[in-house]
Amino acid sequence: MRDASKIESVISIRGLRTGFGDHIIHDALNLDVFRGEVLGIVGGSGTGKSVLLRTIIVLNRPLSGTIRVFGQDMANLSATERLAIERRWGVLFQNGALFSSMTVAQNIMVPMREHLALPDALMNEIAAMKIAMVGLPPDAGAKYPSELSGGMRKRAGLARALALDPEIVFLDEPTVGLDPIGAAAFDALIRDMREALDLTVFMVTHDLDSLHAICDRIAVLAEKHVIVAGGMDAILNCDHAWVREYFHGPRGRAAVQANR
Amino acid sequence: MTQAQDRGPPFPQGLTEPAVIQFSQTGSICTASARGQWTISGLAEPDMALRHWQPEKTQKVVFDLGTLARQDTAGAWILHRARRDLRSKGIDAEYTNVQSEHAALLARVGMNDQPAAIEPPRSGTLLMALSEIGRGVSEAFMEGRALLGFLGLTMATLGRTIANPSSMRWTPLIYHMEAIGLNAAPIVALISFLIGVVLAYQGATQLRQFGTEIFTVELVAISVLREIGILLTAIMVAGRSGSAFTAQIGSMKLNEEIDAMRTLALDPVEMLVLPRVLAVILVLPMLGFISDMMGLFGGGVMCWLVLDINPALFLQRLHEWVPLAHFWVGLIKAPFFALMIGLIGCYEGLQVEGSAESVGRLTTKSVVEAIFMVLVLDGVFSIFFAVIKF
Repeated sequence: MRDASKIESVISIRGLRTGFGDHIIHDALNLDVFRGEVLGIVGGSGTGKSVLLRTIIVLNRPLSGTIRVFGQDMANLSATERLAIERRWGVLFQNGALFSSMTVAQNIMVPMREHLALPDALMNEIAAMKIAMVGLPPDAGAKYPSELSGGMRKRAGLARALALDPEIVFLDEPTVGLDPIGAAAFDALIRDMREALDLTVFMVTHDLDSLHAICDRIAVLAEKHVIVAGGMDAILNCDHAWVREYFHGPRGRAAVQANR
Repeated sequence: MTQAQDRGPPFPQGLTEPAVIQFSQTGSICTASARGQWTISGLAEPDMALRHWQPEKTQKVVFDLGTLARQDTAGAWILHRARRDLRSKGIDAEYTNVQSEHAALLARVGMNDQPAAIEPPRSGTLLMALSEIGRGVSEAFMEGRALLGFLGLTMATLGRTIANPSSMRWTPLIYHMEAIGLNAAPIVALISFLIGVVLAYQGATQLRQFGTEIFTVELVAISVLREIGILLTAIMVAGRSGSAFTAQIGSMKLNEEIDAMRTLALDPVEMLVLPRVLAVILVLPMLGFISDMMGLFGGGVMCWLVLDINPALFLQRLHEWVPLAHFWVGLIKAPFFALMIGLIGCYEGLQVEGSAESVGRLTTKSVVEAIFMVLVLDGVFSIFFAVIKF
């Protein structure tokens, strides 16, 4: 099913230029995200991976260039049109960004409560189901974010991102701060959710194991734009110095071997 | 058509019919057929229909999903729940005509059928109210004890610093004196001036009825010098700087900076608490003095305007009838108020734990507590000065 729709580009970025003051972060950046794929974004520190993610989800304003999501130019939408698009994606921030004054279950219900008119009983049931889906124990629902471990907080954040059954999920360094077992479990969870819910996943990551294990394509950010985007084979054959160092360095080789 | 608006422009094209469930009965078999878009935005109606549905005289229920256009986890959940509830009542319930892309989701939802708690459990309201009162009282005592302990700790650190003056942090001390004192001076001066004006005006209006408006000078001078000047300043500083202490130290605590200091063998009390407490103790008498002067100035201006008491007469009357003792009674309280404000602000900052919400809660608490303690202390001083007839 994924093969047939692979040509369809859900996010397309053309000529993107972003920066703060005099400091230009992206220049003439082009990138496509295809429906149903898991796209991993890598790049050295300070190359603007998170800025790119934040620009796509309209938290940053680009200096120039177009970003089309579901074929619509994000810059030229009315507030209601933009809201309609925003409801079709979910975002998992680096530390979960759960609302600290609410329990996990209440966090998951926020998007439903704010955007939809659903009976309370149904929202409670859906929240309970999402908690189970992301692999949290039932008693986690009534806990506050400060009572959770880092891994649980990320799972709860993913559950909130998935609350409205989005088509695209943005993940900002989902496995940072997790131990290798927790990181592998989170990778498996993302792969699992992608299969079950037909998601498109846009993932900023540094985790070589994640890149090997779950990404269909990888885009490498360097020199203010995407220098190469493609499957792991294409990346491994890339001649760019940084890419070679990243993927052929000791950690890169270990990850290749582990996933072979 | 609400679906189209809710989900935004359809993608893929077409298919915007609302979610519908229809029931039909043939013999002992009941068929529930689901049509349309079973996505989360349009599920309120089918949810109610299935939740209240009581099939009668039925041995078998068939959910016909052949015409289901689209389905998400919420849609799948409603169908799964309906089938589960029927089965638990002993009725045979099955899906039929399941499309291949829906089967996986239905199975997935079935696997994740697990109730979860939404909020922490709460006890009964009366019991809760009683236990809240009890907890509040016991916490107040514990807090008082802890604050005394903190006072001792700060004093011990101060003693060590006096014995070894090179360990004093001068830069933060000066910085905090600027932030607490210099930056607050204009607003303290303005407010005190206005209070002097108001006092003089009110006093003049009332005293004029008895023909004793000349006593307005004493009224303004004694109330400003003895109580209002310093009290107003202390409340301003508690709101301005006590809250800042709590928020600054609290954020540092959240960021593990306090722990980092400890591991580097630095004493947070010496680094953070002492400069702030000393700064507020040094600066509050100065602010109190400014407040006194501006209060008198405001009163004097009003006396001139309303009562025709010119500045020379005002000063003469002040000199003859208002002993200097009132001024000292006011100012002597300042360092004690300052100690209270500084200690409470820093102490509450160090109590921050867990989340940003805790910073906000404790900042509020520190301001309320500091103002309350300042007023209590003021009462104690009033009794003390009355007893020693000062």
